Amino acid sequence: MTSLRLTAAVSAMAVLFAAGLTACAPPEKESTGEQTESGVKAGEATSAADFGGMEGLVAAAKREGELNVIALPPEWANYGAIIKAFGDKYGIKVNSVQPDAASQDEINAASQQKGKSTAPDVFDLGQSVALANTELYAPYKVEPFGDVSEAFKDPDGKWVNDYGGYMSIGYDSSRAPDITGVDDLLKPEFNGKVALNGDPTQAGAAFSGVMMVAVSQGGSPDDIAPGVEFFRKLKGAGNFLPVDPTPATIESGQTPVVLDWDYLNVAETKKLPSWKVVIPPNAAVAGYYYQAINSDAPHPAAARLWQEFLYGDEGQNLYLQGGARPVRADTMVAKGTIDRTAYDVLPPVDGGATFVSVDQNQAATKYLEANWATAVG
Amino acid sequence: MGDGGRLMLFRRLRDSIPLLPFFAVVAIFLIVPTVTVLIGAVYDEGGFSLARVQALFTETALSALSKSVLLSGSTALLGAIFGALLAWLIVTRPPESLVRRTVLSLCSVLAQFGGVALAFAFLATIGLNGVLTLWVQEYLGANLAGSGWLYGLPGLILVYTYFQIPLMVIVFLPALEGLREQWREAAISLGASTWQYWREVAVPLLTPAFLGSALLLFANAFAAYATAAALVSQGSPIVPLLIRSALTSEVVLGQSGFAYALALEMIVVVAVVMVAYNLLVRRTARWLR
Repeated sequence: MTSLRLTAAVSAMAVLFAAGLTACAPPEKESTGEQTESGVKAGEATSAADFGGMEGLVAAAKREGELNVIALPPEWANYGAIIKAFGDKYGIKVNSVQPDAASQDEINAASQQKGKSTAPDVFDLGQSVALANTELYAPYKVEPFGDVSEAFKDPDGKWVNDYGGYMSIGYDSSRAPDITGVDDLLKPEFNGKVALNGDPTQAGAAFSGVMMVAVSQGGSPDDIAPGVEFFRKLKGAGNFLPVDPTPATIESGQTPVVLDWDYLNVAETKKLPSWKVVIPPNAAVAGYYYQAINSDAPHPAAARLWQEFLYGDEGQNLYLQGGARPVRADTMVAKGTIDRTAYDVLPPVDGGATFVSVDQNQAATKYLEANWATAVG
Repeated sequence: MGDGGRLMLFRRLRDSIPLLPFFAVVAIFLIVPTVTVLIGAVYDEGGFSLARVQALFTETALSALSKSVLLSGSTALLGAIFGALLAWLIVTRPPESLVRRTVLSLCSVLAQFGGVALAFAFLATIGLNGVLTLWVQEYLGANLAGSGWLYGLPGLILVYTYFQIPLMVIVFLPALEGLREQWREAAISLGASTWQYWREVAVPLLTPAFLGSALLLFANAFAAYATAAALVSQGSPIVPLLIRSALTSEVVLGQSGFAYALALEMIVVVAVVMVAYNLLVRRTARWLR
């Protein structure tokens, strides 16, 4: 009796489970897309020319009608406005999922949903995740590919930096005295006030924050130790505030001083007028994001059109209006196509920019893993 | 199988139809993830491997496990004791009492008040720049936030206890309400003192329910993630945060296999606690049968 009942229950469950799985799974989609005019499949097109020019690309993207983006917070680098502008301009529906996800989540989503119509079409990734997964990207050269200097792109166009910024100190001038450099943070007036955006062994922004402090203390991308040492002193002085800053903590005054990318700090000034942003002198640590197309993109033409839009003057200026520094800023300044108002409010940079290579990043990560927890724990 | 057998099977199938949605939910949200975790923890690069499970015995993982158990255990204990006391105080009020109804509604709300909102409430009140901290500092000269204790294990214990107590009230109250007045009268008419009634009648009756509630609190705290994620910024002191870091770290890559192993470890801990609970209940409830 019992076994009979069990068999019935289990078989019923199995049937339902199978049905549920099928129901949950979105339809499989041919991922390489339709044929373009030049006979190349959309998923293998490496430039707009393969579609017979921009018009052909726009037409192909419109036929696909949708674009899947992931991990693009509306407040981050003006992505809310960018998504809307793209959708309005081309009549393509942009499906923006998991806006607050991390870079690694984008890669995870692409591998878990491989071949599904819900997989992400494009990625916007932090450096280490981007460079660890280049086999997942489809090479594509946007029309202004030549404007981007060699250091900011893969020679085949597998990835291109889209926007970036400098590590900065944001502070609420109504709650903290003026800050001109990193050393100010050790003053007693900053007791319990200095927050870092995350744990540097986990979050890219926090990693760059420690690197910026290191550079200001005589370190270099090859030597992050002075940065860790500074945070040890900061913690000892009682000034380090172990809270992850968010717009809510900043506006409510819970995190009066925040080490974060300048575009994120600049975005806060719109909501909190007393919020000031400074890039410490001689410690301009730059970080750029990496834009890439998923080689298994369910909407390959729309993914390529998205790239053209982002790297065109319109997309680059939209990044700029969000406080981010678009990768083509220099050529746009020269051509006079840059949005001057937005460009002029960016915090000034003093001294040359410091870039951290992948090898330097890995060495610094090892040092942080061994020493960070004891410094601030 | 004869006709009768086939008819019986048909009936059994028909009778289990109303349960199908439940089975479906259990399968999709419990069985599949558990099996995935189990496989993910020991299947690496196309073969069986214990490397991921071995990583559980590194210092970081062991420290996270012990802190997780300490956090869940202590808040389950604190929550169970204070919650049971509060529930007892509530039961002694008449059902139509305004105090009783107010406290009960409050408990229902607070038991579900977790996550980012709760963490933020504590940060904004007694954090280093909290309203109360600043006020006390200005008028009394004391520093409530001290050396930032709120952002580590002590803070987690405080914040978790805050939602554990009301949860205990809600789950333990029905058991207290089940204690009949007649039993107390019977005990007293047989010559028992109040103390004897509690020791020999009420407490043994309530023990299984108390242990069950405490187990629920333990599991509740053990799996809680959002509150801790919003409160703790540096390091990954407890297992759910270590899983987050293994899955989403932008700096140290390729640890997703470790996350599977950690998830498996959590399943094992809860399983051990549940088995222990079953044995305890069987012992304490033996005389009831």
